[in-house]
Amino acid sequence: MEVEKILSKYPRRKDYLLEILHDIQNHSTKNFIPEEAVQRVAEHLNIKKAQVYGVIGYYSMLSIKPRGRYVIRVCASPICNMMGSCSLLDYLKQKLGVELGETSADGLFTLETSECLGNCAAAPAMMVNQEMYGKLTPEMIDSLLEHYSRQTK
Amino acid sequence: MLKEYRIALRNSGLINPESIDEFIAADGYQALRKALKSEPLGIYEEIYDSGLRGRGGAGFPTGAKEKAAAVICSDCEKYVICNADEGEPGTFKDRIIMETDPHSLIEGLVIAAYSIGAHKGFVYIRGEYELSIQRVQNAIEQAYGRGFLGKNILGSGFDFDLEVRRGAGSYLCGEELTLIESVEGKRGYPRIKPPYPAEKGLWGSPTLINNVETLANFPAIILNGAKWYRSLGTENSPGTKIFTISGDVNKPGFYEFPMGITLRELIYDVAGGIRNGKPFGAALIGGAAGTFASEQHLDVPMGYDKLREVGLTLGSGAVIVMDGTRNLNQTMLSILKFFKHESCGKCIPCRVGTTQLHNTLKDSLAQQSFNNNQVYPELIRQAELIARTSLCPLGQSPILPLKSLWEHILVKQTANK
Ligand code: SF4
Ligand code: FES
Repeated sequence: MEVEKILSKYPRRKDYLLEILHDIQNHSTKNFIPEEAVQRVAEHLNIKKAQVYGVIGYYSMLSIKPRGRYVIRVCASPICNMMGSCSLLDYLKQKLGVELGETSADGLFTLETSECLGNCAAAPAMMVNQEMYGKLTPEMIDSLLEHYSRQTK
Repeated sequence: MLKEYRIALRNSGLINPESIDEFIAADGYQALRKALKSEPLGIYEEIYDSGLRGRGGAGFPTGAKEKAAAVICSDCEKYVICNADEGEPGTFKDRIIMETDPHSLIEGLVIAAYSIGAHKGFVYIRGEYELSIQRVQNAIEQAYGRGFLGKNILGSGFDFDLEVRRGAGSYLCGEELTLIESVEGKRGYPRIKPPYPAEKGLWGSPTLINNVETLANFPAIILNGAKWYRSLGTENSPGTKIFTISGDVNKPGFYEFPMGITLRELIYDVAGGIRNGKPFGAALIGGAAGTFASEQHLDVPMGYDKLREVGLTLGSGAVIVMDGTRNLNQTMLSILKFFKHESCGKCIPCRVGTTQLHNTLKDSLAQQSFNNNQVYPELIRQAELIARTSLCPLGQSPILPLKSLWEHILVKQTANK
């Protein structure tokens, strides 16, 4: 869906800014909000571009940098930490050949951390785009990465 | 084995969360029918008399908040907001309600709106809770279809519209005034209190803002009455509470019990005891912004006031259990990292202070000669200063886990060395 279609779904009111930005990002195969879109959103809502950037910059789920098709968010909060999320993060870094915030060479995965995902009973937890996973082990990570790689072929 | 007593979770797992028919068959929307036939005054007084306290963490009397928003003006624009921006580590009760029984939240919201005279409401759900967003969205559409939302609800002449708004990854937006900023489409910076939302909230209008679990209790209270609700729980903490148990227990999960259940019962009877047969070490109650309980607290009844008397907070009802082999300094470090990460930077003491707290503990832990005795009193001194000079609950929080960990647990360990 392109930006115009998303904009037409919402009344021209500033309080829809976050909703619009979410939609734009979710419809981008690179999980980000491109500069032209920021321009259009600002025009549409009659606010300054800087204001839109300000909002994007504040919220950790939103990005103006292109990311992978799948954003992996590993929970870094105390419980997941206690249950071993650090070593899983290291495992992911090594498997994907990236550091935090980077995208794998095939353009598929961007590795990020997040605060508590509300899946603490199944810690350690992570999300891949909008899907939630818990009780993670290296084996599960292997099969998840495989699953998502296959989906894009 | 203790048996759960479920109010907020009464339908959880028993009905299909995507089917309004199943909800209605389970007495759903009966309380709304009843409410719309009574005067608004009767509703907020019933809630007031029930003694229900805000389940988001602060424990403020819900009825008092409602009454304030109801009486402030009669003809002005008012709003109700459901705070579903659950971000406290260890807490996942609101997610469970939204995913398994979204209609009871909607029913509670419409009753609240009617009682204060609001015609527009929002459910602000954190962006990470995709399934909650979908389920609540779907439930709202169904409720419109059956006349529980929209114009002239059930022929009562009362109009109410409801929308979902998504958060986008900010712990701070769980604080009510910050959340309001975010609903207005801005960065989530806290506002100075007072004025409180009941006087000046969304777009400057009186706004009633309640947590998901709080609202899910409304229908039951309206149907069964304040007296019934008060017969459960303890004197100052009536009713039930959802406890979310995580960490080193055999059966982590969510469980609803009358207030007054003890930590020992929760850990050993309900959550199956400590994993791998290890001894109990500590429990962090209420999440990262919570307090550490030690062995000596295992039999204190879980309620707002009883816990406060012994230097603990109930908070959102999170119980994070650590076995006796855990390094609690490491847990503390990750709590401080959390605050450092989530500080919005508006107040300098919090921006600089949370980073400094984290770095101080981290550097000390890296040293051979690490000694709790030297580090904690200093961390506590700093955290107290930050708490006094910070604008919002985030800056006021690090003192809670730090002080309780030191006073309830580390002091003794250090003395025994
Ligand atoms: S206390 Fe911290 S999080 Fe709260 S407003 Fe100040 S800087 Fe921001
Ligand atoms: S701490 Fe990781 S999901 Fe809650």
